[in-house]
Amino acid sequence: MSASWPLWEVFVRGKRGLNHVHVGSLHAPDAEMALRNARDVYTRRNEGVSIWVVPATAITASSPDEKDPFFEPSGDKVYRHPTFYEIPEDVPHL
Amino acid sequence: MSFDNAYEALIDGHEDAHWAFGTGFSEALAGVDREVPDVDRADLAAYCLMLGDDALVLSQRLAEWCSRAPELEEDVALANIALDLLGQARMLLTRAGEVEGAGRDEDALAYLRDERDFRNVHLAEIECGPFAGGDFATTVARLLVFSSWKVAQYSRLRASADPVLAAVAAKGLKELAYHRDHAAQWVVRLGDGTDESHRRMRAGLERVWPFLAELSTAHAVELRLPGVAVDPAELRSEVDGVLDAVLAAAGLTRPADVPAARVNGLAGRDGVHTEAFGYLLAELQHLHRSLPGAKW
Amino acid sequence: MDLEAQFERTVAAEQRVEPRDWMPDGYRKTLIRQIAQHAHSEIIGMQPEGNWISRAPSLRRKAILLAKVQDEAGHGLYLYAATETLGADRAELTEKLISGRQKYSSIFNYPTLSYADVGVIGWLVDGAAICNQVPLCRTSYGPYARAMIRICKEESFHQRQGYELLMTMMAGTDAQRAMVQESVDRWWWPSLMMFGPPDAESSNTEQSMKWRIKRNTNDELRQKFVDMTVPQAEKLGVTLPDPELRWNPERGHHDFGQPDWDEFWQVVGGNGPTNAQRVEHRRKAHEDGEWVRAAAAAHAMKHAAVEEGVA
Repeated sequence: MSASWPLWEVFVRGKRGLNHVHVGSLHAPDAEMALRNARDVYTRRNEGVSIWVVPATAITASSPDEKDPFFEPSGDKVYRHPTFYEIPEDVPHL
Repeated sequence: MSFDNAYEALIDGHEDAHWAFGTGFSEALAGVDREVPDVDRADLAAYCLMLGDDALVLSQRLAEWCSRAPELEEDVALANIALDLLGQARMLLTRAGEVEGAGRDEDALAYLRDERDFRNVHLAEIECGPFAGGDFATTVARLLVFSSWKVAQYSRLRASADPVLAAVAAKGLKELAYHRDHAAQWVVRLGDGTDESHRRMRAGLERVWPFLAELSTAHAVELRLPGVAVDPAELRSEVDGVLDAVLAAAGLTRPADVPAARVNGLAGRDGVHTEAFGYLLAELQHLHRSLPGAKW
Repeated sequence: MDLEAQFERTVAAEQRVEPRDWMPDGYRKTLIRQIAQHAHSEIIGMQPEGNWISRAPSLRRKAILLAKVQDEAGHGLYLYAATETLGADRAELTEKLISGRQKYSSIFNYPTLSYADVGVIGWLVDGAAICNQVPLCRTSYGPYARAMIRICKEESFHQRQGYELLMTMMAGTDAQRAMVQESVDRWWWPSLMMFGPPDAESSNTEQSMKWRIKRNTNDELRQKFVDMTVPQAEKLGVTLPDPELRWNPERGHHDFGQPDWDEFWQVVGGNGPTNAQRVEHRRKAHEDGEWVRAAAAAHAMKHAAVEEGVA
C-alpha cells in the first residue's frame, strides 16, 4: 500500500486578537498528528498560540481570475491548494 | 532583515532566540534563587547528576535519529525532544557543579567524567534504534516509559527544597508532558496500525520493560534527601497507571515484569552501566578530550 | 485574452505568480525541478553536519548544531510543500532523489572531517547559499518566494553560528587554529562551485532569468560571494587558498582563480567523495520508515471508518 500521508494546511493565530493566518503545509497521517507536527514545525513551540489544521483536500478555492475559461477545475490536483498563500512574516504583529 | 547584504547577520546582536528551543538556558532560570539548601552538598550534587545524566544520555540517543526518522515531520519532532532534554541536562549539570563547589561546569561534568561516575538509569542508555538494538517502535516505547516516569518525578520535584531543582522541574514538566503525549500517540498508532507495526510495538515494549524496575528502585542518595529529592518508589503506581492506559488504547498487553539483572546488585544510579554505554560515552567525549584546553 | 501574454506581463511587472494561475508548462517544470533540487539539498545537507552532533565538543555546541540540522529538515519540508502547490508530490520527489533521478547541491558530497567543518560550512557554504537564495526571495513564483523569505532568515543565523564558532576556535589553541585553516583549504573551492558552472557553460540561466525564477547569473553571484568573504577571512585570520586572489581597483571587485571544473562535473556526475553514501543514507531512512508510515496511515483509515460508521 502507499504509505504517504495526506497534506494538511496549517493556520496559526500568533496571539490573541489576530486572525489565524496560513503559514504552510505538512504531511501527517491524521488530524491529531497534524496538529502536533504543526506545533513542532511551524510554531517553534511558542506556547499560547492557536493552530488549525485542515486537510488540503477540504479546501475549496476560487480561481484568481474567475473569467479565466482555461482554468482546469479538476479538484484532485494538489496544486489547486493554496499552500503558502500567506506567511506570517508579512503580517505585522504576528 | 534586509536582503541586500547576506553578511548583515554576522554583525547583528547576539540573541539566539531563533533556535527552536534556544541554545542558552540562563534565561530559563532567570531570577531563580540559587541558594543551596541545608543538606549534604555531596548528596545534592550526586542527585543533580542522576537527573542530569538521565536527560543528557537520552538526548544523545534520540539525536541519533536526526536525518533517519520515518518522515521529515518526525525528524523535526524527535530533534525537538532531544533538544528539550539537552536543555534540562545542561541546567542540572550546571547545578551539580555549582553545589559540588569544585569549579566543574556542565562541560567538565559531561565530557571529563568516566563511565563509573555517570549516574543515569539504564533505560536512558540502552540502544533502541535507529541502529542495532531497536527500531522506531522501540524508541517510542522507551520514550513513553521514560517520559511517563519523568513526568511523575518532575511534578513532585516542583516542590523541592532546592529552588533550582524546583525551577528546572517546573519548566521541564511541560516539555516532558509533551514528550509523553508524542510517544503515546505513536504507541497507539503502531499498536493499532498494521500486523507488522503491532508486532514491532510488542517487541519494543518487551525490549524496554526489564528496565522499568530500576526506575522505582531508590538509591541511598535519594533517600538521604527528604524534601529535596523524590523517592522513586512513590512513582511506581502513577507510572503504571499511565502505561496501562496507553497500552489499553493501543490494543497491547503489558509485558511480564521481569527486572533486568543487576551486576553485583548494582545498576546505573551506582555507576554500573551496560556495555553499550562505554561506546556512547566514547563518542560523546572523544573530541573534547582530544584537545585539552581548547575553548569551544 | 492570451494567457501566455498575461503570464509574461505578470512576471515582467514583478508581480507574483500564484498556484492557481495559468503558467507555461516549461515554467512549472523548471520550478518543480529547481525547488525539488533545493529541497533535496536541505535534506541531504543534514548528513554532513549531522555527522558531528554526537561528538560536538561542548553541550552548547551540541544544542546549536542539533537545532541547525533540525532547521534544515524544516527548510526541506517548506520547499517540498512549495513543489506540492505545483502538482508535485513529496513521496514521488523522494523516490526521484533516492533513485538518483534528481540531484541536490554537490557541496554535500564532500565529507566533514573535523569540527571546524561545522563552522566552515556555516560560514562559507551557508554564506554561498545565502548569496544564491536571497535573490530568490523575489523570485516570480509566490510560494517559492515566501518559503525563501522564511528560510533566508533562518540561514542567516546558521551562517552566524558558523562564523562565531570559527572566531572562538581561532582565539583558542594552535591545534584549533590549524584545524580551521585546514578546513577552509578543503571547503573554499567547493564553495565557489556552489554557484554553478561559468555563465558561458550554464544551460538553464537565460530562460530562468527571463521568467524571474533566477535573478542573477552564476558568475555575478560568485563574484559577490568572493567580495563579501575576503574581508571576513581577514578578520578571522585565515588564508583563502587562492594565489590569484587580489583586489582589482579598476573593476572594484576581487580577481580570483577558477575552481577545478573537471572536479565539479565529476561530483555532479556522481563521483564525489560521498555521493553514494549520502543517497544510501537517505534511501535507508526512507525505506526503514515505510512500515511506520504505513501503520499510521492504516490507523487513520480504521479510525475514519469507525467515525463514519457512528455517523
